[in-house]
Amino acid sequence: MADKKPLLAFDDIHVEVEGTEVVKGVSLTINPGETHAIMGPNGSGKSSLSQALMGHPSYEITGGEAYLNGESILDMEPDERSRAGLFLAFQYPLAIPGVTVANFMRAALQSHRGKDADMSDFRKLFKAQMDDLGIDHAFATRYLNEGFSGGEKKRIEILQMAMLQPKVAVLDETDSGLDIDALKTVAEGINRFHNDSNGMLLVTHYQRLLNYVKPDFVHVMMAGRLVKSGGAELALQLEDKGYDWVAAEANQKVEV
Amino acid sequence: MADAAQRQKDDLSLLNADYATRYGFKDPVDYFHKGARGVNHEVVEMISKMKNEPRWMADRRHEALDVFLSKPTPQWGNTKLLNEILYDNIYYFMKPIEQQGKSWDDVPEYIRNTFDKLGIPEAEKNFLGGVSAQYESEVVYHSMREDLQKQGVVFLDMDSGLREHEDIVKKFFGTVIPTDDNKFAALNTAVWSGGSFIYVPPGINVEIPLQAYFRINAENMGQFERTLIIADKGSRVHYIEGCTAPVYSTDSLHSAVVELIALEDAYIRYTTIQNWARNIYNLVTKRATAHKNATVEWVDGNLGSRLTMKYPCIQLVGEGAKGEILSVAFAGQDQHQDAGAKVIHAAPNTSSRITSKSISKDNGRASYRGLAKIHKNAVNSKISVECDALLIGEDARSDTYPTMEIDNEQVRVEHEARVSKVAEEQLFYLTSRGLSEDDARLLIVNGFMEPFTKELPLEYAVELNRLIELEMEGSIG
Ligand SMILES: Nc1ncnc2c1ncn2[C@@H]1O[C@H](COP(=O)(O)OP(=O)(O)OP(=O)(O)O)[C@@H](O)[C@H]1O
Ligand SMILES: [Mg+2]
Repeated sequence: MADKKPLLAFDDIHVEVEGTEVVKGVSLTINPGETHAIMGPNGSGKSSLSQALMGHPSYEITGGEAYLNGESILDMEPDERSRAGLFLAFQYPLAIPGVTVANFMRAALQSHRGKDADMSDFRKLFKAQMDDLGIDHAFATRYLNEGFSGGEKKRIEILQMAMLQPKVAVLDETDSGLDIDALKTVAEGINRFHNDSNGMLLVTHYQRLLNYVKPDFVHVMMAGRLVKSGGAELALQLEDKGYDWVAAEANQKVEV
Repeated sequence: MADAAQRQKDDLSLLNADYATRYGFKDPVDYFHKGARGVNHEVVEMISKMKNEPRWMADRRHEALDVFLSKPTPQWGNTKLLNEILYDNIYYFMKPIEQQGKSWDDVPEYIRNTFDKLGIPEAEKNFLGGVSAQYESEVVYHSMREDLQKQGVVFLDMDSGLREHEDIVKKFFGTVIPTDDNKFAALNTAVWSGGSFIYVPPGINVEIPLQAYFRINAENMGQFERTLIIADKGSRVHYIEGCTAPVYSTDSLHSAVVELIALEDAYIRYTTIQNWARNIYNLVTKRATAHKNATVEWVDGNLGSRLTMKYPCIQLVGEGAKGEILSVAFAGQDQHQDAGAKVIHAAPNTSSRITSKSISKDNGRASYRGLAKIHKNAVNSKISVECDALLIGEDARSDTYPTMEIDNEQVRVEHEARVSKVAEEQLFYLTSRGLSEDDARLLIVNGFMEPFTKELPLEYAVELNRLIELEMEGSIG
């Protein structure tokens, strides 16, 4: 197993937003087939880390390195990172007025396949993925995220992931805003997507998603750092006891 | 001096690189008749003579010329560019061929090729009820489907309209836009040639669009088509107008007058996709009158030209009449689109909606100039105005000049104006899915235009998106 190349590896990543450092040295390695979860209090830097990895211009990576499939990505534009196999499901997906979900999806897939690539299978593929995720076909002709409910937006994010088949998918609170049935459908979608050759990074506040999508590792992020890592059982402990004890433990470590 | 001229020429050809290959080609033409430059009573008389017109029309022309000569250049809009028009340098009448064709085979090959390249015969076969193709001053090809002819629908070039339906023309010509309405309307009235004449008999529904295509080929050409559309009681018609011209280093002038009359319960939609080369002055007067319970819709797309000044107007003169004006303007480098809309409510229970979308890119400038007027008697009327401007690049400019004149209290008026930039967040969202920044920006721009594009027949929507793609190429920030 030692020769297995990590899919995503980042080393001592620092992120600044608006001149403030919000991620203060985070390292993580995701190998093929692995699912990692990051949990942590509000404002601890989980989204900032995700956005910075994807290349958001406001989230500046001021230190560290990040590799996708062994290739450094920090000099890549967001679209290059996407085409290299990185995917981020947004915590707050944006509305693009006047652009239908179908047109957008076609353009995105075309960009992955190449400008002149054949797209004749698009409709069929798109419909099948919508069906799998329980998305009404009417969404295909609606404008992307415009007037979508919170849960609908999250489903459309997963639809995009399913269509683009990334190597590593970072899902930022995809479970929040979903009703019980939707959570199940989305979790099934994630599980269908996940296989031995891709990796998942789930950012979540709740155990309930992890009931369906079993993580191999759970990390706790606090104040811009990963302060504790463990297996799936850590998420249960957090659900039970909150974050205070992790914070206390972390502080102790710092003091020692 | 010569240097500057050459530089301007180079700039222009650079700017219009794509336009030049797709629409900007020019034909070497032996004109059947090419008058001298400049306009005067002799020229006016000559035009009228060549057309063998009734005397009343000739008199109308002469009166109009006097109005044109005496009216000062407008002191609003882009006065700098308006003052640069060299009226004496323009050819006011060019007749490319002696006889109009009824089949494309009748049209000289070089002209046929032009319209072939523009896709007109193809569109005619596929989805149009009738086609009129104007080249310089005159319509060189005209045809209409037989079933429409049998229903009594009249679709002719304006010259033939005057010859064959003098009574109707005499009754309506100049009633919506009087000669002295503005300097350019007066000029058009003096030297008009070509354009479309449409009459739809009562109760007839023309289900497929009729189209006219206006092509300027010669340098310093002035094209002054005159269009008159009358939809009689309870009838319906959709008319589409397209325009292009070659790229020259000196300017041409397009100054049309379009009058629409929708009688009781009638419906007219008038769609324009203008895609002028960037050396065209496009100064057009378009106005409609909607009678009782009639509906008029202007769908007006403005691309290209150096300066466009165009404010489609609807006069709601009958109770329950409705008007809708949907316009887009794209102002690229060195262009000014001064476009807008006017609605005049002169009867009770009338309603209107104006949606104006503009995109300014590089140092382009798009202005919205609007008038919404509600007369005292127009009780229970509704107006809604929405202006949306998108700026691309730091030097892009947009301005809004809305005027509201409301003379009674029982009306509902909504007005919204927004100026936005392509949002970083939106760009990031799209690029994070693999789209290049240019593609992402184009998608956002197309989305911005979508409320307009979706009103177009599919073929035109596709074409418009392509045109916007060309305009967007190489855009910055
Ligand atoms: N665009 C921004 N401008 C200013 N401050 C920001 C911006 N984005 C994030 N921050 C700040 O960075 C810190 C981390 O925020 P982030 O959104 O990464 O937290 P999070 O862990 O995702 O929280 P949550 O669980 O609430 O989603 C917060 O203090 C937040 O206010
Ligand atoms: Mg977050």
